Amino acid sequence: MTRNVWRRFGSGFAISAMYVLTVLALVPLALVLWFVASKGAPAVLHPEFFFNAERPTGIPGGGVSNAIVGTGIMVGMASLVAIPIGVLSGIYLAEYGVARWASWVRLASDVLVGAPSIAIGIFAYALIVVPQHHFSAISASLALAILMLPVVIRTTESAVGLIPNGLRESGLALGLPRWRVSLQLILPAAAPGVITGALLAVARASGETAPVLFTGFGNQIFSVDPTQAMAALPLVVFRDALTPYNDLQQVAWGAALVLVVMVLVINLGSRWVLRRQIRLAGQL
Amino acid sequence: MAAAVDSTGETPDSVPGPPDRYRAFIAFVSWAAPGALILIVAVLVQQAGPAISRFGLGFLVGSEWNPVTLQFGALPAIFGTVVTSAIAIAIALPVGVAVAVLLAEPGAQGIRGAMGIGIELLAAIPSVVYGIWALYVLAPWALLHVETPISEHLGFIGFLGGPPRQTSLFTASLVLAIMILPTLSAVSRDVIRAVPRGLRESTVALGATWWETVWRVVLPTARAGIFGATVLALGRALAETIAVTMVIGNRYEIPHSVFFPAYTLASVIANEFTEATGDIYPAALVELGLVLILVTLMVNVLALLMVRSAQARIAV
Repeated sequence: MTRNVWRRFGSGFAISAMYVLTVLALVPLALVLWFVASKGAPAVLHPEFFFNAERPTGIPGGGVSNAIVGTGIMVGMASLVAIPIGVLSGIYLAEYGVARWASWVRLASDVLVGAPSIAIGIFAYALIVVPQHHFSAISASLALAILMLPVVIRTTESAVGLIPNGLRESGLALGLPRWRVSLQLILPAAAPGVITGALLAVARASGETAPVLFTGFGNQIFSVDPTQAMAALPLVVFRDALTPYNDLQQVAWGAALVLVVMVLVINLGSRWVLRRQIRLAGQL
Repeated sequence: MAAAVDSTGETPDSVPGPPDRYRAFIAFVSWAAPGALILIVAVLVQQAGPAISRFGLGFLVGSEWNPVTLQFGALPAIFGTVVTSAIAIAIALPVGVAVAVLLAEPGAQGIRGAMGIGIELLAAIPSVVYGIWALYVLAPWALLHVETPISEHLGFIGFLGGPPRQTSLFTASLVLAIMILPTLSAVSRDVIRAVPRGLRESTVALGATWWETVWRVVLPTARAGIFGATVLALGRALAETIAVTMVIGNRYEIPHSVFFPAYTLASVIANEFTEATGDIYPAALVELGLVLILVTLMVNVLALLMVRSAQARIAV
């Protein structure tokens, strides 16, 4: 009898240990959010933080407007390339996914997710910066596009895969060609999931530092010229955090807060959209 | 027309019809991902050319890094990359598997659902944000409450010796452990979820407690997949750049203790690439990148194959 009591006690102990470990795993998240919020708030609370460009240490009123615009431009250009290609590849995988080639594409995109982003930065550097002899936002966009691609591919594939076959068959039964069925029927039905994937890719690209280090390079001056070096939020965090100056470190925390808020909004928002998508697909 | 079934019952896919140009087009577009991968490796090989031909295989075992005398060897960086990743795995594995077991439990979600969202957000935080947090918050705390006590009491063990530093191999491993945890637990959770319900239920029906079911039946069944998840997380750790660069201390040598500064492949590139001049120096940096990408690609392919085959085997 006592043996069974011990067994039940051991099981209860084990389950509580697992809860403790899971909470332990979440402690860093809470700490990161808390410190970024509290240390970044003083910088962000000044409106000029969003309207002024970076300034050297000692000169008050420095902001990150150049970096926000720079990140926007570079990620925007990357999206223009990565999202259409990624969506079409994802549709291919979902619709013709049994082909042998499809399994290679799947493996390649899963591997690409884990490829070191700094190596992708070197790639963009060699391909664009070296021939041009100067850093440019375009080269950063190339690197970011490669990082976004696999995310868009795999989320599109799973979103399109959720659409029931009936929709496909009724389109075909009406005599629509394959391309119209997949682009005008399936894709709109899967749109929430596809958009979610695109937004997650945008969030990932906006936070990446390593591929932008020697492509976009950063720029203290407000610039919107994509053929020139351009500032980016993660670069501001990286460079200013490592300076010994208090005011620049302050800017770094502020920029980190902007990044974290953006990433959190996109992630939590997309989770909500995705849940609706799954419900809607169930009704189709 | 494509899905109409003709009188013989065959789908027209097997009947020669007009070529499906749409299919051909999106199949062509889907070349982008594999194409990018191949192109990246090819360009890196080409860029690293001067260093490869000059140092040969000696590059991998040389331990000097001197841009003045143009002597370059990758060993300290390889050492740093491997050791930080290994320590990170050792820290993250028990926690990650516990998280996975908990999140994979069937039935009511509630608090576990919220924990799952938290773990996924952990994956969403940008690397550079972990970096600044680690530099100003984690590193000073770890020095005071982990590194110093350990090196004082266990310092006689060579690799735990002092005096510890804030930016060190150990601090970098700690950040890495936090960063790879979501990968490890998410993939392990999927594998554990694939364990058939019947297996669990029959164990419970035999009178086993929850823990006995998990420890004796569920985890052994999912073992191969969890191993794959661990290897996948290892790949993430090897590839991580910015957060590590900010806290590892950036010293190009093989440290005697885990509490000393070191360097990793990715952080050498991050710090020195924009300053490298001449032919050999940048090529040597690119070769570090080449070593890094080839290793991570192999690790990732291996891990993905392991996870897939484990899932397929369990599900049957």
